[in-house]
Amino acid sequence: MTTDKHAIRFLLNGEPVVAENQNPTRSVLSYLRQEMGLVGTKEGCAEGDCGACTVVIGELIKGELHTRTVNACILFLPTLDGKALFTVEYLRHMNDELHPVQQAMVDCHGSQCGFCTPGIVMSLWDKYNEYSDTDKRPDRQELADHLSGNLCRCTGYKPILEAGWKMFDLPPSPLARQPIIDALSRYSRDSSLQLHHPDAHYDAPRTLQELRTLRAARPKATLLAGGTDVGLWVNKLMRPVTDIIYLGNVAEMQSVRVEKEQLHIGAAVSLSDAYAEAVAHYPQLLEMEKRFASVPVRNSGTLGGNVANGSPIGDSMPWLIALGADVQLLGKDTQRSIALEDLYTGYMQNSLQEGEFVASIIIPLPVEGQRFRTYKLSKRFDSDISAVCAAFNLVLQDDVIVSARVAFGGMAATSQRAAACEASLIGNRWDEETLSAAKQALASDYSPMSDMRASAAYRQRCSSNLLQRFFLETRPENPLDEQQTSVFARAEVTA
Amino acid sequence: MKGTPHESAHLHVAGEARYIDDIPEITGTVHAALGLSDKAHAHITAMDLEPVRQSPGVLAVLTAEDIPGENNCGPIVHDDPILADGLVQYVGQPIFAVYAESYEQARIAARKAKISYDELPAVMTPEEARARESYVVPPMKLVRGDARAAIDKSAHRLAGQWSVGGQEHFYLEGQISYVLPTEDQGYHVYCSTQHPTEMQSVLCHLLNLRSHQVVVEMRRMGGGFGGKESQSALFCCVAAMGAHALGRPVKLRLDRDDDMMISGKRHCFHYDYEVGHDDQGRINAARIELVSRAGFSADLSAPVATRAVCHFDNAYYLDEVDIRAFCGKTNTQSNTAFRGFGGPQGAIAIEYILDNIARNLDRDPLEIRKANFYGKQERNTTPYGQPVVDNVIHELVAELETSSDYAARRQSCRDFNIGSPVLKKGIALTPLKFGISFNVVHFNQAGALVHVYTDGSVLVNHGGTEMGQGLNTKVAQVVAAELGISVEQVRSSAADTSKVANTSATAASTGTDLNGKAAQDAARQIRTRLAEFATREHGGEAGAVIFKNDTVTANGIEMPFRELVMSAYTNRVQLWSDGFYATPDLHWDKDSMTGRPFYYFAYGASVSEVIVDTLTGEWKLLQTDLLHDAGNPINTHIDIGQIEGAFIQGMGWLTSEELCWNDQGRLTTHAPSTYKIPASNDCPAIFNTRLFDNQNHEDTIMRSKAVGEPPLLLPFSVFFAIRDAIASVAAYRINPVLKAPATPEAILDAIDSVSTEA
Repeated sequence: MTTDKHAIRFLLNGEPVVAENQNPTRSVLSYLRQEMGLVGTKEGCAEGDCGACTVVIGELIKGELHTRTVNACILFLPTLDGKALFTVEYLRHMNDELHPVQQAMVDCHGSQCGFCTPGIVMSLWDKYNEYSDTDKRPDRQELADHLSGNLCRCTGYKPILEAGWKMFDLPPSPLARQPIIDALSRYSRDSSLQLHHPDAHYDAPRTLQELRTLRAARPKATLLAGGTDVGLWVNKLMRPVTDIIYLGNVAEMQSVRVEKEQLHIGAAVSLSDAYAEAVAHYPQLLEMEKRFASVPVRNSGTLGGNVANGSPIGDSMPWLIALGADVQLLGKDTQRSIALEDLYTGYMQNSLQEGEFVASIIIPLPVEGQRFRTYKLSKRFDSDISAVCAAFNLVLQDDVIVSARVAFGGMAATSQRAAACEASLIGNRWDEETLSAAKQALASDYSPMSDMRASAAYRQRCSSNLLQRFFLETRPENPLDEQQTSVFARAEVTA
Repeated sequence: MKGTPHESAHLHVAGEARYIDDIPEITGTVHAALGLSDKAHAHITAMDLEPVRQSPGVLAVLTAEDIPGENNCGPIVHDDPILADGLVQYVGQPIFAVYAESYEQARIAARKAKISYDELPAVMTPEEARARESYVVPPMKLVRGDARAAIDKSAHRLAGQWSVGGQEHFYLEGQISYVLPTEDQGYHVYCSTQHPTEMQSVLCHLLNLRSHQVVVEMRRMGGGFGGKESQSALFCCVAAMGAHALGRPVKLRLDRDDDMMISGKRHCFHYDYEVGHDDQGRINAARIELVSRAGFSADLSAPVATRAVCHFDNAYYLDEVDIRAFCGKTNTQSNTAFRGFGGPQGAIAIEYILDNIARNLDRDPLEIRKANFYGKQERNTTPYGQPVVDNVIHELVAELETSSDYAARRQSCRDFNIGSPVLKKGIALTPLKFGISFNVVHFNQAGALVHVYTDGSVLVNHGGTEMGQGLNTKVAQVVAAELGISVEQVRSSAADTSKVANTSATAASTGTDLNGKAAQDAARQIRTRLAEFATREHGGEAGAVIFKNDTVTANGIEMPFRELVMSAYTNRVQLWSDGFYATPDLHWDKDSMTGRPFYYFAYGASVSEVIVDTLTGEWKLLQTDLLHDAGNPINTHIDIGQIEGAFIQGMGWLTSEELCWNDQGRLTTHAPSTYKIPASNDCPAIFNTRLFDNQNHEDTIMRSKAVGEPPLLLPFSVFFAIRDAIASVAAYRINPVLKAPATPEAILDAIDSVSTEA
């Protein structure tokens, strides 16, 4: 197969497709429904929050097919280049019978109005494929977590969770991976994808060097990674996005490695992969991992995007700042690392120089005597934006605090450290008296605002109460385990 | 047959169930979008739409001035403009419509208008509206006895104020209409609506047409919940205006944010109450003001308030009452029908009062609830004068109390709380009684059309609409049962105003009661003709002919149903029939608010156990047990699906779903990113649902009971379990002031209030 640097080539339900003359900001959902007549995938919200448009993306990584769910409504069509897209129509395409996922949904009465159903079927299918080669199956909790991005207004979810269990009782129908792998392996490019549409330019560099050069040449271009925010500019703000540099094909930015007691996460690593790595080192992040947006959004969105976007309510920044993470910034010929908190200069403003971009996030690994926790508060457990997000990181030596880093989201125009609180902690024993002083100090660190997520008073009060929870969980004397402090505690969580 | 899956289940799961936006578009289809008001209350002083007209792809821009007929889509009171005419009354009110070649072009253009306003003071809350005595319809009252005097004489008096929030429907399929001009000034309308006849009617008034010029077709909605009963009309009208002006098919599919900004929601209510009760917690008399946020127009606010008034009693006998309802006119979206239709808002008020009485008397709230239950022979007449003759609440609650192990679990929550400094558990059992029928008597009618084809297959059409509730499945089951054939032989077709005329909204839980009976009537007429024909051919009595298992037995002779049908056809027997049903014995006097508005009552109860974090107000539902009375169910699985779905939906209303307006009067929770309906992890890990073994006392379809709305009251137990957990902080001695929705912030506020008082 020839490589065409100006056409988007991908597999649609196993068949090769070439998409030409497409506006690069066209969503996959629009393309499916309006161009291809594949109307099984639905639009419920056009902002990646309801899951009616859930589809599965497959890509080759080191010769293996990796699949994940994503929201088609906020996925730009060119980002499919070289990948495999599976929609609900594929499940029946494989043989005319209903797939076990679909049959289980019928048997368990998992659909009522049916509008969310194709998206739910795709999320379940993704889980099915993960387990179909094993003799295990996901438990109820794992299924519920996997459906975090699929809203259903009719059923109350119980029959859907039952279907997720019972789909493994039916005669198996595993995904035939090899034909997909063979087809995808023919898609390898020897030059980067470049689209020149009257409405927008789109470049997908494949190396860091290409990216550095492109960025220097087009410093105003929109850097696109997962598109979980940029997609909303197009769908909701009707803002024209005319010049795009896509980061998802830059190999160096996809890497994760441990070096010199630091975890280096490439800026284009998905939130799913980044959190899996981070949780491996810091199990205290498990609840945050589950509560961060939803599975499809975590599969699309990147840690670098979360960091570079700099939203005051982004959930990664407080814990990254508390852990003392740095960001590596690259320009055309420059390279520097700064503390993450120094990246932010104001509401949605940062200290990047023209032509610079965030290339990776560097997280120190745990140290002896460390007490670390992060907490998120929101109206709903799954896929909600935090009212308050807190992170505490103390290092104790002989019960005395020798280092304290405390950071909050939702309390100021950016994620910010609590300087007064930190100062009150350092040098003191981690006891009630210190806690009380730290609470007092914390009250002066922020002046939060009121909005639809919470009032200023609630935010202020909870910042103090979360410090209290942190103390209860980490005090040297009689610390409480998470089962005693969090209604969302899970058995598998360890200190 | 009781376990038949939803007739469309195999299509839903395959992505093959067709919704309106999935219909292949006719060449030349135009896409519409709406330009919305930025102000809560203002006169429009100038409107520059030229930039909209000049935007790429735009074909036309229409305003109120361009409406050929009546600029109204209000279902009862004609106060609901399709497009604002000089005056805007809420942020989000449609002012103009733009029609363009593509969906994106229409939406981009709609933002380009330059509108100048002269702002007026805005009223945002029901309390403000009450203070100004500003209502969308006149206040209503239901009085029995002398409540004031009886309260004054009571051993205990309890007075207070409280409020519950509204609720966005969040049907997954947003509002959509697709209008096609047909020949001779006709229109074919695809509209996601619960009320095709109403759409036909408003469209006729809009375009000065006769009803026979307009066909409204509706195969299925991606959810309705009341939000597409009256409020689909505006969108239907805007699409029709464009089709009329351009002579081309026009589709209006709302973006989610526009949908939430424009359309009305469940009414929030504010309560001012006073009751008198005895030492046992039994209420002697109650006085209450129910004040709703109606929004800027009447819409269905009056019948919603009526149902709230008629459900303030819930399952309890209230001897002397003074119930008043006010539909506050506010500069917000015009609130509308939402599953329960004011019933939940009425009933939760008495539950809150009983919860307070229990804590004041240091008693288990369940004891107080039981002490107030309707009696069977006495204390059994509702405040509106209808005797409760089918009361099963005593035995139903007793059964649930045992099966859920309520008493032991209540104790174990209390034991847990003693040893748990941060997390507190709470539990509650709440009952429900819900009246079935439209309060407006004449809506309680339905029609159906059943065709038996010569190959033995059957097509049924009826006046109801399918929104996921399983109506088409149940109606097909009814027809199959009547004809003694398997349900696979019966297909339900789209609601269609050209097949069954003058239909009522599919609402008030009555879909199956009305349309099931009408379809049964139609099928029965065909069966009677077939039986008569069979006896002509084979002898015997027509009444003794058996229709069963796709076989007909006449005078001892068996023949396949399809053979009899073919034979009847060749002998010129009519194989199709209409059917009709009108609910008997209903009457209602709307001035005195008395009569028999309901054919019967449905009952249910639930137990919920929660755990609450006293540091943050976050909480989790640990276990729920539901026991619900669906009479003799037509379809067990569909009914359980309705019950569980309503439970979770109602739980969202009372907990995570919060509607917020900012100080400019703008709704700030207008997308799923900010408005949080329950998600998968909100479904409790232990979730037991059972149907109460019962038969409908009245002659309803197969002795079943309506099941759409009543279970929306089941999650009251979640709210009161949270309140129980909060009360533990002050040793259950103080009534926590907990507003609904009980968001983490509301819960923490309540915890703080009892901690300070303690």
